[in-house]
Amino acid sequence: MTPVLQFTDKGIYCPGGDFYIDPWQPVPRAVITHAHSDHARLGNQHYLCHLESVPLLQLRLGADISVQGIPYGETLRYNGVSISLHPAGHIIGSAQVRVQQGNEVWVVSGDYKVENDGLSGQFEPVPCQVFITESTFGLPIYNWQPQAMIFGDIRKWIYENQQAGKSSVLLAYSLGKAQRLLFNLKDLDTPIFAHGAIDVPHQVLLAQGYDLPPIQRITPDTPKADLKKSVIIAPPSAAGTPWMRRFNPYALGICSGWMQVRGSMRRRNADAGFALSDHADWSGLLQSVKATGAEKVFTTHGFSSAFARYLQENGIEAEAIKTAFGNEDEEAPQEAGTETAAANLTPDNGTAAAPAAGESE
Amino acid sequence: MQQFTQLVKIVSNSTKTNEKLEALRFYFTHADARDKPWVLALFSGRRPKRTVNSTQLKQWCLQKVDIPEWLFEECYHSVGDLAETIALLLPDSGQQLSTHPLHYWLDELAKLEKAPEAEKQQFILQAWQELDTNERFVFNKLITGGFRIGVSQQMMVNALAQTYQIPPATLSHMISGNWDPRQTSLEALLQDTGSGADASKPYPFYLAYPLEEDPSVLGQPEDWIAEWKWDGTRGQMIKRSGQLFVWSRGEELITEKFPEYTPLQNALPEGTVIDGEILTYADNFPLPFQTLQTRIGRKNVTNKQLQEAPVVFLSYDLLEWEGRDIRDKPLQERRVLLEQLVAQVNHPTLRLSPMVTFDSWQRLIEFRQQARDMGSEGLMLKKRSSPYQVGRKRGDWWKWKIDPFTIDAVMIYAQKGHGRRADLYSDYTFAVKDGDKLIPFTKAYSGLTDKEMNEVDHWVKRHSLEKFGPVRTVQPELVFEIAFEGIAASNRHKSGVALRFPRIHRWRKDKTPEEINTLADLQQLLQQYKG
Repeated sequence: MTPVLQFTDKGIYCPGGDFYIDPWQPVPRAVITHAHSDHARLGNQHYLCHLESVPLLQLRLGADISVQGIPYGETLRYNGVSISLHPAGHIIGSAQVRVQQGNEVWVVSGDYKVENDGLSGQFEPVPCQVFITESTFGLPIYNWQPQAMIFGDIRKWIYENQQAGKSSVLLAYSLGKAQRLLFNLKDLDTPIFAHGAIDVPHQVLLAQGYDLPPIQRITPDTPKADLKKSVIIAPPSAAGTPWMRRFNPYALGICSGWMQVRGSMRRRNADAGFALSDHADWSGLLQSVKATGAEKVFTTHGFSSAFARYLQENGIEAEAIKTAFGNEDEEAPQEAGTETAAANLTPDNGTAAAPAAGESE
Repeated sequence: MQQFTQLVKIVSNSTKTNEKLEALRFYFTHADARDKPWVLALFSGRRPKRTVNSTQLKQWCLQKVDIPEWLFEECYHSVGDLAETIALLLPDSGQQLSTHPLHYWLDELAKLEKAPEAEKQQFILQAWQELDTNERFVFNKLITGGFRIGVSQQMMVNALAQTYQIPPATLSHMISGNWDPRQTSLEALLQDTGSGADASKPYPFYLAYPLEEDPSVLGQPEDWIAEWKWDGTRGQMIKRSGQLFVWSRGEELITEKFPEYTPLQNALPEGTVIDGEILTYADNFPLPFQTLQTRIGRKNVTNKQLQEAPVVFLSYDLLEWEGRDIRDKPLQERRVLLEQLVAQVNHPTLRLSPMVTFDSWQRLIEFRQQARDMGSEGLMLKKRSSPYQVGRKRGDWWKWKIDPFTIDAVMIYAQKGHGRRADLYSDYTFAVKDGDKLIPFTKAYSGLTDKEMNEVDHWVKRHSLEKFGPVRTVQPELVFEIAFEGIAASNRHKSGVALRFPRIHRWRKDKTPEEINTLADLQQLLQQYKG
């Protein structure tokens, strides 16, 4: 019997329903877990995603794509295969994909985190026989602090910078982390400025009615005096560019799960690192895998081999697979946050649409 | 412990010297008086004796968090630091339960020396429970030693000099030598003017910068003295209070390791301090550095080692004479006194580093080319009028090393690094050709820019032939030029050679693996230059 899902060189394929999930080569029908560029790529004929992902996909892939949005829990059928989307808690509109054929249920997690960030929905484990899970942070050294504590640290850091007469530049991925920061810092009594790459999705999301604070986009005309002691949110690619000079004196803080390890932070020459991640930590991954009740688990992205081996030794059949998500196994730590699209490096007109791979951590 | 943890956090994360200095000044102004000498000791390489070893720490951590050993190793290779790996693996209580100061922990750790294993384990587990993740990292670091976290000796000297308003050179001397953080307060240390309270106290070493240009930029040749640059280990020999003390440059007292020096205790006049090179030497010629390595890092020396690797002290400079500090006298005067002293002592173990006489820079350039034949690694250039300064200073002293050997080689293994290179494939093994086989001959850890290293890292991840564990076997494709200072025969290496100071000279993107050097090329170098 053909399996419900197959791993092909174009991506995860459902032969029964003839569609792909997050394909990395153009296909006729693509089900998209979320709008990050390593999962939602250009060139597919038709896209299916969660309702809240639709405007983000249109922003990044073009307004003219053929896209259908559905709410969480609604079931669609193709040739006797049922598809439904379920909250993944990763970024706005992120979803797990549940595929059922006969009595067999497979779930593709996409990227997910267990803690509710207030914007991206509450991750729900979906019972299944086969679970294809991300494993970006699949080592037990990655266990996150509750976000309330991390935001406490960020606020304290901003305050100390202000006391020292400095601005606080926070590096965060333009889609996902940036909104999470803004949402959680909305009561700050300091003006928040942002790079164009942050402002573009921000405007789209404001128009959709999300509860995000106002931000001021930085342009060549932004007076330097206004930036003094302010908070600035910029994409990781801005680090080390001349664009940063206008903030002097400033302190640089990076928000990424990789900041858990001192070496990664030192390598990035940051003044502060905040281990704030939109991915599940080690205990989140384990807890989620167990909660699905899956008999077989495929791991992808990050420390997939180690995580699969651990599951295997703990009585859950598991195997690491290669996908093009997060580029490749273990690559993310170094390239974390190098939003590689050249478009993002032209900071003062952040109208460009598509940051590329490596965006989600 | 909180204060110290905060200090460690700032100095290890900051890339700005001023911030680090400020943090150190703040610390030394506000910290618990009993903690201060400890911090000075830790940051100047005087690490406390290990009473618990790394294996024990790892085992207790494994039991506590209940993970298999291979997973611990995976974590370790990602983090690149044992103390940090353990700190991250242990569950975080999210709160500080302990208010013990730094010296409490160090005293308690010291007390464990003769304790039974179960007691050690109980103490460590208790400490892990009481400390938060950051403090736990620092605590583990106190045990695993090697507090290399972004504070250089010079930086600490500068911070203390600013805090206590003492000139850095004087301060540097005050904090050198033999003292015990348990017995000494920082204030007491900084009041000691070297007046003899500690007979063993060494002077801070004066170190040279490398000369990167033509020596003619230095001015007139007659203002300069040249000597061979010896490839041993720098040392300071002290005779005071009837006793002999030999210090390494790392401020370690190593008198006991070199019984050859014992006769000098009587032969040297009282009140003498000589700067020189500790060197293995036979038949009037230096032996390769590898022979010295058989002597360093050993507690007891065997007769065989004494015979095979006899050590001399090759004198460069005289710092104290007849009980007086003469570092401010011009070098040429100190040299005359040194020559008299060595002649007077007249012992085969105490030798004079010969001067290289030259009347033009051109002549000196020719001498430099003969350095390898002399068993030396280049020349030292010192201004005749120079005082003996403190630390690494530009201007009066220069080291002018010979160009390194170079070999083109292909990368065959890659391993993740440590510290800021943790989780980055930064440590490589290289091979030369032998017919159609590849023979690994050296590892190298440095020489690439961060950008190049990221590029190699990226490549390694895509071209691994095997995966799991720390080492990746990669397709033999990337060619690098490897530079090194010396070559010696070795039966511990498959290639039969061991290199001195191997590093990556440059990435030869223009070369293919077919064009690399051969094992025969290495053997030829060995024949030519083996000591």
